[in-house]
Amino acid sequence: MTELLVLVDHSGGAPRRITLQLLAAARAVAPALGAEVAAVWLGPGAAEHAATLGAHGAVRVHHWDSADAKGYVTLPQVEALAALVAADRPAAVLFASSNHVKDVAARLAVRVDGGVITDATGLAVEDGAVVATKEVFGGDVITTSRVADGHLPLIGVASNAFAAEESGGGPAEVVALDVAPSDAATAAPVTDAVVQAGAGRPDIAEASIVVSGGRGLGDASGFELLERLADLLGGGVGASRAATDAGWYPHRFQIGQTGRTISPSLYLGTGISGAIQHRAGMQTSQHVVAINKDPEAPIFQIADFGIVGDLHQVVPKLIEQLEARRG
Amino acid sequence: MRIVIPVKWVPDTAGEKHLDPGSLTVDRSVASVLCPVNEFAIEEAVRIKEAAPETETVVLIVGPEAAGPTAAKALSYGLDRAVRVTDDAVAGSDAIGTARVIAAAASTIGFDLLLFGNQSTDARTSLVPAMVAELLGLPSITYARRLELVDGGLVADREHEEGYDTVSSPLPAVVSVVEAINEPRFPSFKGIMAAKSKPQDVWDLSALDGLDTALVGAGAARAVVGTATPRPPKAAGTVVTDDGAGSSAAELVAWMAERKFV
Repeated sequence: MTELLVLVDHSGGAPRRITLQLLAAARAVAPALGAEVAAVWLGPGAAEHAATLGAHGAVRVHHWDSADAKGYVTLPQVEALAALVAADRPAAVLFASSNHVKDVAARLAVRVDGGVITDATGLAVEDGAVVATKEVFGGDVITTSRVADGHLPLIGVASNAFAAEESGGGPAEVVALDVAPSDAATAAPVTDAVVQAGAGRPDIAEASIVVSGGRGLGDASGFELLERLADLLGGGVGASRAATDAGWYPHRFQIGQTGRTISPSLYLGTGISGAIQHRAGMQTSQHVVAINKDPEAPIFQIADFGIVGDLHQVVPKLIEQLEARRG
Repeated sequence: MRIVIPVKWVPDTAGEKHLDPGSLTVDRSVASVLCPVNEFAIEEAVRIKEAAPETETVVLIVGPEAAGPTAAKALSYGLDRAVRVTDDAVAGSDAIGTARVIAAAASTIGFDLLLFGNQSTDARTSLVPAMVAELLGLPSITYARRLELVDGGLVADREHEEGYDTVSSPLPAVVSVVEAINEPRFPSFKGIMAAKSKPQDVWDLSALDGLDTALVGAGAARAVVGTATPRPPKAAGTVVTDDGAGSSAAELVAWMAERKFV
């Protein structure tokens, strides 16, 4: 049977949340494509997670058990996938629309003359082809697109667009993928991998709740307050460009047109006016809460719940009450 | 050492963006600007040139005649010359088609380092730098938040969701930078005046080495948009005014509890 391949996004030896969401997305379209869902795991660690991948619908996992996968920039993964695509002729490949994974898809698309669509929020099958729904221009316009006939569809799926769901399947069969990277693929080694994620807080793309701060925080110490709030809610912490430009919070947490796009269930913005450049990174969030002292701030136009007030008074009260609820 | 900086002409970042209803590609009839992410690549190139004055810096832009002033804007930061690729056959290209034009133009110019911004503010796919690298058979050192040129190569920190990877690569290479890499300067009055007399070559596709024009343009797109619909307007939410005593926080907690967020 033809395979619908899911490229496993993993970190620290474990699949990231998006991987299970990708499997749910794959299961939704596989029957109409006449395909079965299979995973691809590049790098060590697949065997330990075969049960989880199987329970979420992967019948097998192609495993390239090599540290080279992440020991060099992008290309070893591209070569391994290209070899698998040539041998297997999958119906399509689904991948996480995260930065380093998109590079793999971009290079693979050139190599196999496929087509790439990133950040899909919905998938359907029409006339045997995968049709991807995508929200562009920060969610102002919703498009449907597909990859031209005769070319391998490489579809990047947005975080939180699909809910992970168990299929009741048994452990995925682990099938070894035997490739050796070329000299060209090992030209750019990774010499150091630095993990800076803080205190087990979820990444803003994966988190169900994101607390975000802007210019109104006044200084970097405002983010300590937001981190306390986020930790009470089990959420991630993001920032506007004004806040990252000021050096109050690291750039990788910047939400907006020149930063990252997030779609959590709940976005809670504090001290953020909600200029169009910021909204482009968060307005597809399911629920938006805004706390800002300016009643005219544009963020209130898209807020489901807004508080006109001083965040330095409101947020500590909010923390107090959430702590009290916890007992 | 020659650095080529591909830049993009994008709809004004402060304005509403639309798709052209006929072609379903980005409507570029609106006020358009130099993509702000490119300013970080330009700044990095200018800094490299300041440290090594024999470096030549070339801005590359693919776009219509109207993109000319955007190339001049890029030059005003201190880059040496511009190449603009203007050809109706490029219209409607997807990321791969665009990457083919940039790759061919960059190799026609010749370079040691190709320096991109990590994404454009309109399409925002981040695909093009890696595609260009693949087409040219070069390493793709994307999302760099630090870049250092060393003897015959480079060292960079590649940002990701959880931190960064330090990598090294030989040259030539394709690099894309994120905003964390530097703080771009504003163009000086002298720079703006000097940009007017800097060379700006205009090429059509026939001037590019090794480009298969059949693989460029709307007809060659591998990713095809079928429909585009404006997002339905959002219903107005509840807005309360804080009384300074915490009542609004209580209302918010109740609102969140109703929706099972707490």
